[in-house]
Amino acid sequence: MSEDDERQQSPPSDLEFVSNKARNCNATGSGSGHPEFQSAYPDQVLENVLENVLHFLTSKRDRNAASLVCKSWYRVEALTRSELFIGNCYAVSPARATARFTRVRALQLKGKPRFADFNLMPPDWGAHFNPWALAMAKAYPWLEKVHLKRMTVTDDDLATLAELLLGFKELVLVCCDGFGTSGLAIFVNKCRQLKVLDLIESEVSDDETDWISCFPEGESQLESLIFDCVECHINFEALERLVANSPSLKKLRLNRYVSIGQLYRLMIRAPQLTHLGTGSFSPSEIAGQGDQEPDYVNAFAACKSLVCLSGFREIIPDYLPAIYPVCANLTSLNFSYANITAEQLKPIISKCHKLQVFWVLDSICDEGLQAVAATCKELRELRVFPVDPREDGDGPVSEVGLQAISEGCRKLQSILYFCQRMTNAAVIAMSKNCPDLVVFRLCIMGRHRADPVTGEPMDDGFGAIVMNCKKLTRLAVSGLLTDKAFDYIGQHGKLVRTLSVAFAGDSDMGLKYVLEGCPQLQKLEIRDSPFGDAALRSGLHHYYNMRFLWMSSCRLTPNGCQEIARAMPRLVVEVIRSADEEEMDDAVEILYMYRSLEGPRTDLPKFVTIL
Amino acid sequence: MEVNYENGLNLKATELRLGLPGSDEPERQTTPRPNKRTSSEISSSGLTDDGNDDHQASAPPAKAQVVGWPPIRSYRKNCIQAKKNEVEGGTGRYVKVSVDGAAYLRKIDLHVYGSYPELLEALEKMFKLTIGAYSEREGYNGSEYAPTYEDKDGDWMLVGDVPWEMFISSCKRLRIMKGSEARGLGCI
Repeated sequence: MSEDDERQQSPPSDLEFVSNKARNCNATGSGSGHPEFQSAYPDQVLENVLENVLHFLTSKRDRNAASLVCKSWYRVEALTRSELFIGNCYAVSPARATARFTRVRALQLKGKPRFADFNLMPPDWGAHFNPWALAMAKAYPWLEKVHLKRMTVTDDDLATLAELLLGFKELVLVCCDGFGTSGLAIFVNKCRQLKVLDLIESEVSDDETDWISCFPEGESQLESLIFDCVECHINFEALERLVANSPSLKKLRLNRYVSIGQLYRLMIRAPQLTHLGTGSFSPSEIAGQGDQEPDYVNAFAACKSLVCLSGFREIIPDYLPAIYPVCANLTSLNFSYANITAEQLKPIISKCHKLQVFWVLDSICDEGLQAVAATCKELRELRVFPVDPREDGDGPVSEVGLQAISEGCRKLQSILYFCQRMTNAAVIAMSKNCPDLVVFRLCIMGRHRADPVTGEPMDDGFGAIVMNCKKLTRLAVSGLLTDKAFDYIGQHGKLVRTLSVAFAGDSDMGLKYVLEGCPQLQKLEIRDSPFGDAALRSGLHHYYNMRFLWMSSCRLTPNGCQEIARAMPRLVVEVIRSADEEEMDDAVEILYMYRSLEGPRTDLPKFVTIL
Repeated sequence: MEVNYENGLNLKATELRLGLPGSDEPERQTTPRPNKRTSSEISSSGLTDDGNDDHQASAPPAKAQVVGWPPIRSYRKNCIQAKKNEVEGGTGRYVKVSVDGAAYLRKIDLHVYGSYPELLEALEKMFKLTIGAYSEREGYNGSEYAPTYEDKDGDWMLVGDVPWEMFISSCKRLRIMKGSEARGLGCI
């Protein structure tokens, strides 16, 4: 196969390319060799070796480092990078990316800043996948995988992927929006080699299209189908057929429109599943008097490979015992949509000895968490979500639960904990008991809430976390916090990459401590904290090393932000207003700034100004 | 939120809070929760795409909720909120019921019933007719009458297909169709 053909047809095999290169002595792969390079090129052998070696380099940080060694390494690294990760879709343009990396098979893109999830800025801010979709279709016809987070994807974009990328295998959309069931219908119909379709926490509009029945007939290569976030009815018969025709299916996460009776029918067809999202986990109400309930326990027992269980969207707790047979093997259990009590949890959790990931609602109370701590010694990740997500709501979990977890689950690496009350003592205890913590996110839902026992701010607790948890890279703080907390973070949080701050701090010093003290800081999101222009200035030395800075409802002025924009030409400084405000006024409502090779983007909505 | 009087200290009084000293704690308005919602909030299932306003519309007016706080995604808020609304009942859910051939309509409160069999039994008694058994595949095939309802999208649906809670939140009115017409529906 000649080099000219490679791009249009099958994905270039790496060994093929190397041998072609040996013939043509052309390192850039842009067509057949030029005559002047036909003679022995002394470094050619080294480049061949380098290329073969670089294929084994998978970590993107290592690759970035390798590309900086010299031009030759830069070139070869660009040729051998098959997985392209772009953490901010506006940091680089599709044209630039496709020009540098010519042989990409997997693309991962992230768009909107995380605080957009909480309605802090108007919709239609940007992060459109469309220009990328078009560029990929032209530059990487052999592209196999696309993984998007917080991007707007249209039905047309889905059609583009499906129609122009033959052999497309894997689509993962996390927190995306802009498309509907009709886009899905086209996509699944045209992607004949589809292995993975994962729709996770995305907004899918209901165009009343029966997309499940659009999968091609006959045997399918489907390995993963996740659609638990799709809020519309699906054609169950078609789904049943699809599952029956997918012998490789390992991951299936159903939406809440699938009843437990329907779940049963799917499970008996797919006992090989490793990941199951159970849908509603309640019956469709018409169970006739004489009808026998299916043997749910048996269905679960037959799934001997099941390690990850989720769903339970409209759970009727009477059916919970059905999952007993799989508990002993579970490594991941997501009950975060299941409003169950401690009593209902205990018989389950007491069997889950191997559990590593547990997501749950605070309806289980501190007592439920104590039960978790008693059994789940292998727990690595815990997320406790509130049933009542209001500031002044009930607080069924507290420092008692956190303390119990810290004592029972010593291997904990990641925690997200929503509560109404928390003490420094419990946080300090966790910092000492769980030295492996990498992610610590505590959300005390009452703003500015002090330690209820001592009346003190929560400074010491978070201080202990950054001091004792030497591997910490992600931190989210809450409760009453003074500048002292940020002083601790600046002094000890040397590995912190992501920091989320809300309603905290006293003065500019707080932000200064962090910007001056945390060399690894990449993502900083701050809301409703008294940090102003002076604090912003203190980060000038560091902003090019960061992916982004978000500051909303702080004390910034247009002049202060303008100063930053002037001082740092490669930084895009966006000032975002609420949707109905025509012009910038004296206070900056939202500042969102990020490094970029492209300068101001061209798809600005009316409510954004770039300084 | 509890007040800690254990040590004789009124920690609440010394607690640092937003709000003027001496004013009532803004958080403490004791509005009973779900009963204050209007029926329009009840009838929207809260699970539409319009996640932006939803968490404010369905939260009780106890305190001006700060936008985006606590940091929970709209999708998750809507899911849990919808469940709570359904669990706690709320105000009556009266819908009109028409029967083909009957001279006038009736009204019933859907919240009085806990499940489809209860509802159908009540309808059978009220109108002195037989509706028969529901099956997923064939609807009410074989029976003289079939219950249908208009959902919030304006479509006429067969009663029994969706989970009960969802039915209650999306049903706008009921129509009991005569067997001959109904048979067409049951074959879908």
